Amino acid sequence: MDFRDTSSEAAFRAELREWLAANLPAGWAERPPSAGLEDLDFWRDWSAKLAAAGYAGVTWPTEYGGLGLPPTFQGIYLEESARADAPSHLGVIGLGMAGPTILAWGSDEQKARFLPPLLTGQEVWCQGFSEPGSGSDLASARTRAELDGDEWVVSGQKVWSSYAHIADWCILVVRTDPDADRHRGLSYLLVDMHCPGVEVRPLRQITGDPEFNEIYFTDVRVPRDSMLGQPGDGWSVAMTTLLHERGTLGFSLTARLEALLRRLVETARTTRPDGVRPADDPLVRDQVAALAIDLQALRFTNYRALTTLVKTGVPGPEGSIAKLHWSEANQRLSKLAIEILGPQGRLDGGDGFWGGFWAYQQLRSRGNTIEAGTSEILRNIIAERVVGLPRSR
Amino acid sequence: MDFAFTTDQEELRSAARRLLAERYPAQRLHEVADSGPGWDADVWPRLVDLGWVGLSAPDGGGSFLDEAVLLEEAGAALLPAPLLSGVVALPALVGGGADPTRPTALAWAEPAGPLAFASPDRVATVATAGGSGGWTLTGTKDDVADLGAAEQVVVVAGTDDGPGLFLVGLPAARATVTMRSTTDRTRRIGALGLDGTPAAALAIGEQARVVLDAVALRATAALALESVGVAQRVFELAAEHAKAREQFGRVIGTYQAVSHRVADAYVRLELARSLAYRAAWAVETRESDADEVSAQEATLAAAQAKAAAADAAVFGAEAAIQVLGGTGFTWEHVAQRYYKRALGNQSWAGSAASLRALVAAALLD
Repeated sequence: MDFRDTSSEAAFRAELREWLAANLPAGWAERPPSAGLEDLDFWRDWSAKLAAAGYAGVTWPTEYGGLGLPPTFQGIYLEESARADAPSHLGVIGLGMAGPTILAWGSDEQKARFLPPLLTGQEVWCQGFSEPGSGSDLASARTRAELDGDEWVVSGQKVWSSYAHIADWCILVVRTDPDADRHRGLSYLLVDMHCPGVEVRPLRQITGDPEFNEIYFTDVRVPRDSMLGQPGDGWSVAMTTLLHERGTLGFSLTARLEALLRRLVETARTTRPDGVRPADDPLVRDQVAALAIDLQALRFTNYRALTTLVKTGVPGPEGSIAKLHWSEANQRLSKLAIEILGPQGRLDGGDGFWGGFWAYQQLRSRGNTIEAGTSEILRNIIAERVVGLPRSR
Repeated sequence: MDFAFTTDQEELRSAARRLLAERYPAQRLHEVADSGPGWDADVWPRLVDLGWVGLSAPDGGGSFLDEAVLLEEAGAALLPAPLLSGVVALPALVGGGADPTRPTALAWAEPAGPLAFASPDRVATVATAGGSGGWTLTGTKDDVADLGAAEQVVVVAGTDDGPGLFLVGLPAARATVTMRSTTDRTRRIGALGLDGTPAAALAIGEQARVVLDAVALRATAALALESVGVAQRVFELAAEHAKAREQFGRVIGTYQAVSHRVADAYVRLELARSLAYRAAWAVETRESDADEVSAQEATLAAAQAKAAAADAAVFGAEAAIQVLGGTGFTWEHVAQRYYKRALGNQSWAGSAASLRALVAAALLD
């Protein structure tokens, strides 16, 4: 057991620190936090820089523009990015979900076609899994794809799709065999979002931001070879996507929580207009400490899962905990921030503390226990697959 | 970065788990707990033979990480013997040239006043130098865990040159042992009366402070590790019952109100486990090379671990009692023993709130 960096890890960390310092805009660390999404042009530019330096695909094969390093280095990348409060890569869905799934299931042509522009951020991906009638129960998806000559013709509706409004491509779960069993009738397509018949309608979230969307597919014609796996493999391919969504996410979630905890500490140490300094309140201190412990627990649980992954090639059961615990800790944290702001916690936008940063964070955090597997589904997964209790459904 | 025990440590874990599970089935645990002495004196020579006592002493062949493995398994089995007290007192025993393989208790607290290790200068017990290098101690120590099992006690007492650590052999003519009625019958607490009791000095002044810091750090981390073992066992009790018990024609683990409670116990357990192992590493590394881990880093790691693990054990035990239903609420079921240990560990050597106050100070001040 040793938590210290190996010499190659230490060298990678030092180089990355230097790179971040040289490449983040001047005065980055001192800027006030911003509520909502990054400016798109800046974000694209930053993603291209990350890709050029190799940091977009730390663990990816070198032939597709990655660095080909073990997952420990991805952990270091995420830690250092959080420490510098650097923006993430634009390809949240692309790097985290579409890319790993294409790596696992794609043909050589598909890998060569899709992976490089995904890494550079030239092409943005979105996810077409959930439907109005099909949220946690993905196997009930009804969006249809029928073969017509050399093309799949897709019709249906997807929903809660982040980044769809700026996406070039979509990983899409469709029903290709309506007569087969629920799971076996599904297939997995890579769909060009600029095709005729694709319509994206923004959905305003509880924050007021249109961060996710509905996607309507009306007789969208998709080339036959745009499938990952064979017709009927859709469920298995989607499980690869979700494994990555939940598996590799731990580090970035923890890194985000770490950055947010720093903001919370800063807020608690700021004397309010009414003269109250929240950091002097023992109840506030207790809750801040509890969150700091939550954060450390997540961090070291990630390390433990990572060690299991490096040693066995399979992520450990500890990984299933990360998203569940992070989402609830994130909600507690942002709610505490609103609470300690006192009366000014009611103000948002330009009138709010830090431009309404906490108002946005607090409302946005309510989605954390719903998106990417509700907390109820995650508890089912832990109960059934890790604890070994019988299935509840 | 490598967050795993070695193959040897995993083998030690398997051996400990096997031996303790065989030795302490529920019925035997109840017998020992309800017996007069409340501990299994026969197991001690066995533990010494196995090399599990004094493991991290210079000739013990192990480190605090090996002791961490044993502490966790001792918690999982509720080993009714003073293993933890010995691990905690080890820096004092080794530093003073005492035998770390004898059953040892640590007397740091006093009836009025804070824990001795938090402020050794406020100890009321007085040490007086006698002839031929010997000392006598006068005062009262309380909250001494495992006092009834101990053949020797490490006592914190004041000298003209600052705090000192002394060793008193038991039984002693001028020492009285008064055992208290404790909720956790597998870890008894006593008060130690000293009235000119002969004692040997283990460390005095600055050296005593250094040793006390090491002892305090070990105490916090050791209780975290033992609590992880307790949390592991009560989680297993809950899961086993949820898999087997049927009501309304279905196994109760299929009901999400039950399964989600068990899942939550698992989540708390694993989060606490990560913190406890990390604390164990911090203690071991600080003891082997103080430049690698600062005192503050190690203290905070242990504080975070103990706060989380003691809470996880209590949460898990309460979940187990609830899932077990009426059975879990009985004296006959072993769950009550684990619950009482979990609560005891929560109260002892720093409540979760006081440990969080340390964490808060590091962040906010």
